Amino acid sequence: MTKPRVAVVTFPGSNDDRDALRAVEQMGGEPVSVWHRDTDLRGADAVILPGGFAYGDYLRTGAIAAFAPVMEAVREHAEAGRPVLGVCNGFQILCEARLLPGALIRNKTLSFVHRRVHVRVETLRSAFTSSAEPGDVLEIPIKHGEGQYVADDATLDRLESEGQVVFRYCTPEGAVTEDANPNGAMRNIAGIRNEAGNVVGLMPHPEHAVDPDVGPVGGQVLFESLLSSLVGAAR
Amino acid sequence: MKRRFEVVVRLKEGLLDPQGKTVEDALPRMGWTNVSEVRVGKLVEMTVDAEDEEAARSTAEEVASRLLANPVIEDVRLLSMEEAG
Repeated sequence: MTKPRVAVVTFPGSNDDRDALRAVEQMGGEPVSVWHRDTDLRGADAVILPGGFAYGDYLRTGAIAAFAPVMEAVREHAEAGRPVLGVCNGFQILCEARLLPGALIRNKTLSFVHRRVHVRVETLRSAFTSSAEPGDVLEIPIKHGEGQYVADDATLDRLESEGQVVFRYCTPEGAVTEDANPNGAMRNIAGIRNEAGNVVGLMPHPEHAVDPDVGPVGGQVLFESLLSSLVGAAR
Repeated sequence: MKRRFEVVVRLKEGLLDPQGKTVEDALPRMGWTNVSEVRVGKLVEMTVDAEDEEAARSTAEEVASRLLANPVIEDVRLLSMEEAG
């Protein structure tokens, strides 16, 4: 059986690309490295935009990366309904590229936050949560200075009513509280999806949370969901 | 012809501006108790080389709205224009 091919884009300033490639391999996919100047995704079935500080995050986080040559291929891939995951800086890039609604601004506290958090799975109707259980609480690390998710009220209401909120910051028990919100994100939003569910962005780092030897494994279910749906589709 | 533009980018009203708040919080410690509503934005300068003034302005407007500001969170304004050398 051929393994699903999962591309990870490296922008100048990406720094979680290696971990993402490694996580794909560990979880049973075939990792494919793609450079920001590439104009195709080398035949990949899915693509991950990793964390980091693409193009130095100058102007706004993700603002310049959203216009990188590879982003045309990512847009086509997304519009064809194929899976796209943006993690941290990758989430910021997807928002800047308008592949996801809203934006990510400076943390409410102004400080960089680097710690393990808990997020509650709010919907299974996404390419990266289909193998989760409703209400699952995942322990995954965050590390960002600009992770405060914002959007206007109409957008937030639409996200809620359409089930596009995928992850919310919560306590270890799964309660969505202000104290559990590490960055002031509106409605405790840690991750969202597009209308079709194939494009997902989140601030926590699932690629840092797949190996039990080095910490929590809350990220595994995202890769399991992706890879099992790709294998299922290939049958 | 070359035209010089300044573009002012502001965080939308109603959005919490943590930078502005931090500056504001420092002011009373420095003795100013009568300053409030501090907001921090961005000023971008650029020169546009175009056929005429209208074309230069339209390029500047497009650059401002497509790249310099994110309309989800920011308001943008072409602030001033003068002949560039």
